[in-house]
Amino acid sequence: MSNPNGRFGIHGGQYIPETLMNAVIELENAYNHYKNDPEFNRELSELFNEYAGRPSRLYYAEKMSKDLGGAKIYLKREDLNHTGAHKINNVLGQALLAKKMGKTRLIAETGAGQHGVATATAAALFGMECVVFMGEEDTIRQALNVYRMRLLGATVVPVKTGTATLKDAVSEAMREWTSRIADTHYCLGSVMGPHPFPTIVRDFQAVISKEIKEQMLAKEGRLPDAVIACVGGGSNAIGSFYNFIEDKGVRLIGCEAAGRGIDTWETAATISTGKLGIFHGMKSYFCQDEYGQIAPVYSISAGLDYPGVGPEHAYLHDIGRAEYVAITDEEAVCAFEYLAKTEGIIPAIESAHAVAYARKLAPTMSPDQTIVVTISGRGDKDCAAIARYRGEDIHE
Amino acid sequence: MSNIADAFDHGKAFIAFITCGDPDLATTAAAVREAAANGADLIELGIPFSDPTAEGPVIQEANVRALAGGVTTDKVFEFVRELRRDVTIPLVFMTYANVVFSYGSERFLARCREVGIDGLILPDVPFEEREEFLPVCRECGVKFISLIAPTSSDRIAMIAKEAEGFLYIVSSLGVTGTRGEISTDIASIVAEVRKNTDIPCAVGFGISKPEQARAMASVSDGAIVGSAIVKLLAQYGKDAPTYVGEYVKSMKDAMKTIG
Repeated sequence: MSNPNGRFGIHGGQYIPETLMNAVIELENAYNHYKNDPEFNRELSELFNEYAGRPSRLYYAEKMSKDLGGAKIYLKREDLNHTGAHKINNVLGQALLAKKMGKTRLIAETGAGQHGVATATAAALFGMECVVFMGEEDTIRQALNVYRMRLLGATVVPVKTGTATLKDAVSEAMREWTSRIADTHYCLGSVMGPHPFPTIVRDFQAVISKEIKEQMLAKEGRLPDAVIACVGGGSNAIGSFYNFIEDKGVRLIGCEAAGRGIDTWETAATISTGKLGIFHGMKSYFCQDEYGQIAPVYSISAGLDYPGVGPEHAYLHDIGRAEYVAITDEEAVCAFEYLAKTEGIIPAIESAHAVAYARKLAPTMSPDQTIVVTISGRGDKDCAAIARYRGEDIHE
Repeated sequence: MSNIADAFDHGKAFIAFITCGDPDLATTAAAVREAAANGADLIELGIPFSDPTAEGPVIQEANVRALAGGVTTDKVFEFVRELRRDVTIPLVFMTYANVVFSYGSERFLARCREVGIDGLILPDVPFEEREEFLPVCRECGVKFISLIAPTSSDRIAMIAKEAEGFLYIVSSLGVTGTRGEISTDIASIVAEVRKNTDIPCAVGFGISKPEQARAMASVSDGAIVGSAIVKLLAQYGKDAPTYVGEYVKSMKDAMKTIG
């Protein structure tokens, strides 16, 4: 029983308890059926366009481009989507799929709360029950998003185990799924976990690069020279990269969270500092110690604060098709402030990691070249934390 | 070297799970010896993992205590070597894929053979991924134990046909931990297994009381108990081994009454 579709090179697979195997097989079969179903795709397009506000804008950041004095920079505005981030793309797809499968309950993990809010939103829209697992640390850091989820009708379960952050929320959601499968779909938030999740989430997020391609051809008459996106698990990045993988002239650059630096323990830069392992259902790169104990990673960005990376990114790294760079907290915060002051756009602190690398790259390129930076989410949620980082004691 | 089959060749088997290094390896050693002396037929030794996704709160906390105490995979191997001076019943490791993979599967299993480990249970490695570990296990003469869950249905035959050592029948949905009642129809799962293999079936997850062990063992070949024993370790710490011995005896006595 080989499983060729679940692999990206040596990465991926289905390293999960036997209890969940029929659930992921059922999901794979349902997805393979519906992904080519015209009615499913019509409904999903309608949700994308009429509910989430797609297509998202591709905005020419003229002031930023001129200030940096190099390549023309375009911003892919996923922050303008309903609920304020790219997460809604995947959630609408999975919720619609779950509904077609007859599921009446969605469970999800969340870090900063964006995926939890998106899942709670879709559950409200589809009239489904929703339970979101969130590290207790994160429920305190992101109290506003906890309120949002509850307002939308979801139950938020604070996870107290381990480091009480995103990885523990994923573990707890997996545990919950093993205890209640028949009516429940696990709406995983990134291109990670066991097959078929990395493929399903990628396909629903690939709308980002499909639109970038069309928009760049319309605006510039050619493809971009580079596409830059931040990488935690890697869903907005794979969405931004996917339709360019065969276009070898387009550089694909993923920005990981270096935290306080990749030479410190306080980092979440998995590809830069991790090694091959098996965890949360997949083989990929993970931050871990010499005995395979998963490391308690750190980043200022709760959404990138995860010790692993999606298997397709691990593969794109292995074959050299995508490059992965590490951006520190300080660089990300400077980019957060820079984009606000230069373009009047406050990016999510996650997305600010991508902006930070664009600031380094653009000046090395010529004005006839172009860069697309995916602004995966809006930064309102981060203002209090960034203010605190800068020594201003404000709270939400 | 012992043989897993020995655990099942004199009536229903009682299998005890203990997390290595909770609260320290000396206590684990004493608890294993007490369990063996009081009738345990096989011991599952848990190598702690930072993020045990198949475990309920009781065993999760044992993993935290053990890691906080400084246990490592290397220390566990040394501990088993020491244990094997007098403990002769079959011993299997229960841990997570990354613990084995990061150590190097070949190196890990060579050491299993060297210190006298008879089997390996990895709850996050299903049938489809067994090729990652099975060939190396076979090379080293360590049985790779497969699990069957209440949701396995059409997968039972496939898993049973290739099973070795014993089959671990997961009694209930969810994670490890004691349960008031077990509603899964274990007898029909075992019947389906029996159509495909003669390998013994032991039932685990949720068993804590003598009457549960008796009920589960009466429709299978044995009962596995983890959380209830780990709770004794949590409650009594270094003094737990005596209580573990008494508990194992009460469970084993209940199982002896199966006609």
